[in-house]
Amino acid sequence: MMGHDTELRRELRRYLIGFALALILTVVPFALVAWGALSFGTALSVIGISAILQGVVQLRFFLDIDLSTQKREDLHLILFTVLLLSIMAAGTIWIMASLANRMIA
Amino acid sequence: MTDKCHPGINLGIRHGEAHQHAEKVMFGFWVFLMSDLVLFGVIFATYVTTVTPMGIAGGPGPADVFDLKSVFIQTMLLLTSSLTFGIATLMLRHEKGIRNIVLWLCVTLGLGLGFLTLELRDFATMFASGAVPSRSGFLSAFFALVPLHGLHVAAGAIWIVVMLAQVAIFGLIPMVKTRLLRLALFWHFLDVIWIAIFSIVYLGGLA
Repeated sequence: MMGHDTELRRELRRYLIGFALALILTVVPFALVAWGALSFGTALSVIGISAILQGVVQLRFFLDIDLSTQKREDLHLILFTVLLLSIMAAGTIWIMASLANRMIA
Repeated sequence: MTDKCHPGINLGIRHGEAHQHAEKVMFGFWVFLMSDLVLFGVIFATYVTTVTPMGIAGGPGPADVFDLKSVFIQTMLLLTSSLTFGIATLMLRHEKGIRNIVLWLCVTLGLGLGFLTLELRDFATMFASGAVPSRSGFLSAFFALVPLHGLHVAAGAIWIVVMLAQVAIFGLIPMVKTRLLRLALFWHFLDVIWIAIFSIVYLGGLA
């Protein structure tokens, strides 16, 4: 029973660490935008980097995704989805941006 | 059988049958979540193509209709609710009793409803100022994307209520346990989608 509670405490601590990291990665971009001190490009890169980091933090600490212990088909599923998504999303933005440029020019 | 048979928090070997049953149904739920991710991703792409002078079409733009403070509070509510659902999952995994599980589920439900209340209030403010979906491509895409996430949160809230009823009626039978596990995945997933929404739609729009 003793070992059981230690495990619970360790897992609780993991959730709290994840929460603290997510909190920091949320407050920083919000604060930068609220103060409006940065140029558009810099602000956008800070927002983008914070978002990607927070995505990784939440996958790791909340969804408990650890690539080293995944079963292969689960990993394939996630990677294939990311591949599909990047083709469709990046392709859409690319095509529409190119179209907009041509119409203005 | 190992202690970890699927991605995400596992019930663990001591849950016997429920843990064994979990592998198949959790994998199925991941397939659903990933298809939902593709849906959101494509609508995100559509939204990004409309946040242009052409897409805004002389109507109100992001800076005119978004309320950063309200969005920040919504973000905090949803992030905290993801933590509290995680705690509920740990209470389930470590067999800390129905009372603890129900308590943390109720806290999560309360935070989720708080999020929805603020979001609906923001939409009402936008509608009152004439920022309706039919005003411009930008607003159409906004109201396709953000309320879609809100709808997911509302579905998650209803699902929590249903699970509270099932816990009360059936107790913690294996089926109820794996359903709670899937609901936990769904709830965490919604918070991950929200990161993209507040970053791309709100912060990106106001930067």
